[in-house]
Amino acid sequence: MEQFFQQLTNGLAIGGIYALIALGYTLVYGVLKLINFAHGDLFTIGAFLGLSLLTAFSLTDKLGFVLGVSALLLMVVCLVGLVGILLDQAAYKPLRSSHRLSAVVSALGMSIVFSNAIMLIFGASPEVYPHGILPSQVLHIMGLPFPVKRLLLLVTSLVLMVALYTFIQKTTIGAAIRAAAIDQDAARLMGINVNRVIMLIFFIGPALGGAAGVMVGLYYGQIKWTMGWLYGLKAFTAAILGGIGNIPGAMVGGLLLGVIESLCSAYISMAWKDAITFVVLILILIVRPTGLLGERVAEKI
Amino acid sequence: MLLDIKNLHVKYGNVEALHGIDIQVEEGEIVTLLGANGAGKTTTLNAISGLVKASKGEVLFRGEALHKLPAHKVVTRKITQSPEGRRVFGTLTVLENLNLGAFTSKNKERVAKSLEWIYELFPRLAERRGQLAGTLSGGEQQMLAIGRALMSNPKLLLLDEPSLGLAPVLVTQIFRTVRQINQAGVTVMLVEQNARMALKLAHRGYVMEVGKIVMADSAKALLKNPDVLQAYLGGAE
Repeated sequence: MEQFFQQLTNGLAIGGIYALIALGYTLVYGVLKLINFAHGDLFTIGAFLGLSLLTAFSLTDKLGFVLGVSALLLMVVCLVGLVGILLDQAAYKPLRSSHRLSAVVSALGMSIVFSNAIMLIFGASPEVYPHGILPSQVLHIMGLPFPVKRLLLLVTSLVLMVALYTFIQKTTIGAAIRAAAIDQDAARLMGINVNRVIMLIFFIGPALGGAAGVMVGLYYGQIKWTMGWLYGLKAFTAAILGGIGNIPGAMVGGLLLGVIESLCSAYISMAWKDAITFVVLILILIVRPTGLLGERVAEKI
Repeated sequence: MLLDIKNLHVKYGNVEALHGIDIQVEEGEIVTLLGANGAGKTTTLNAISGLVKASKGEVLFRGEALHKLPAHKVVTRKITQSPEGRRVFGTLTVLENLNLGAFTSKNKERVAKSLEWIYELFPRLAERRGQLAGTLSGGEQQMLAIGRALMSNPKLLLLDEPSLGLAPVLVTQIFRTVRQINQAGVTVMLVEQNARMALKLAHRGYVMEVGKIVMADSAKALLKNPDVLQAYLGGAE
């Protein structure tokens, strides 16, 4: 029981990370029908920028844990969001009217550019976040252990997800984003500046990915220039699992994938942990290609 | 003059869809644009709305060059369109769709008034305000498309095929509402397949053939014109 519980919370924590990254894929796909394959590398950029800023300004020493980490997240979110906008302007916007595959190729190219740039700037060997920033206490609730840092990770990703969901569902700008995702020309007829919507999407998605990068750095300690590849693929799987283009789908898909992965590695085999993700991807593509929450409403013609 | 289209040309790639058309619309009119499929009616409306660009010629709205504005700016000049095929946002609620129609309007009181008026015109929309637009019937979606276009309190309403795919009784109802909207001071430009009904409603009409205006007259005269009768009204009544 205790082991199961450990694996469950562990899965939810890592699942929250997958969900945050998956949101970036799904937001961009929703509006542009483009898989932004450079998204995983934006996550890596977030992790490295986080480390640089953290050590350069010794944020947590000066501001204390809560304020320091919040300030760090805020800075990384803004910076990676800007990188996202630049990425779109440089690599995707010129291809807006060309075939969809051109943009996909451009995305793969940008992924290589980003990951190699990170390697050239920060070096090829792994970097380590300073030790002991996150509290190491373990809470015991009803006899079950709750590591505080795991709880923090999960709560932070949940807060970010709820904030995004509220923004998309309850605000006028959010409705404009949803409208642009359904029908760009009809959105234009409402007076919505679709280019602005796309810019906003390319800010929010990478911003969330960047936040996830910092969180992974703080939680696991070690970061590497190649890490975006595997995290990106898993988050992509999570987005497909939930139904690509569907925002709650990316959240559910991420959390679910984290739990599946964690339970399978505990009860089946640790070595098969990554393979399991892709078995999930293949299964979902065969059995339910629209994902768990995909296409709930049939459109009338 | 409210709208003045001069020698408008539109190209899709290398193919020219409009070969220089001229249309004038006076304030308060209902003007209908008739013609077969592919004649360029929708292209004309989309050129006014800014969804397609003029390759030559100009579109003037109260003297301002609309053809230089992007589509989302045209809306702020009080010109809205209810597009062909309705194109409501299916996974958004009726009310969310309507509110997006007022996306550019800053005046909340004005928007609330428009909404009240639209609910008056289409009581069905009021009943279904919380429902997803994709679950509405075809007729209700058409009402929503028109209502959405009215939310920003337009001076000129472009209506593309509002009768498409609707039962005759609904078509009559929609046309009656269009007259009501016009009487409330909105100038209407109507593209229709149902030429007879359109001409009965409109003050004036233009007939298009393969990207050109081939006839322009009062609606009454067009209804009696033997060529129009033959081509678009299925012979004499």
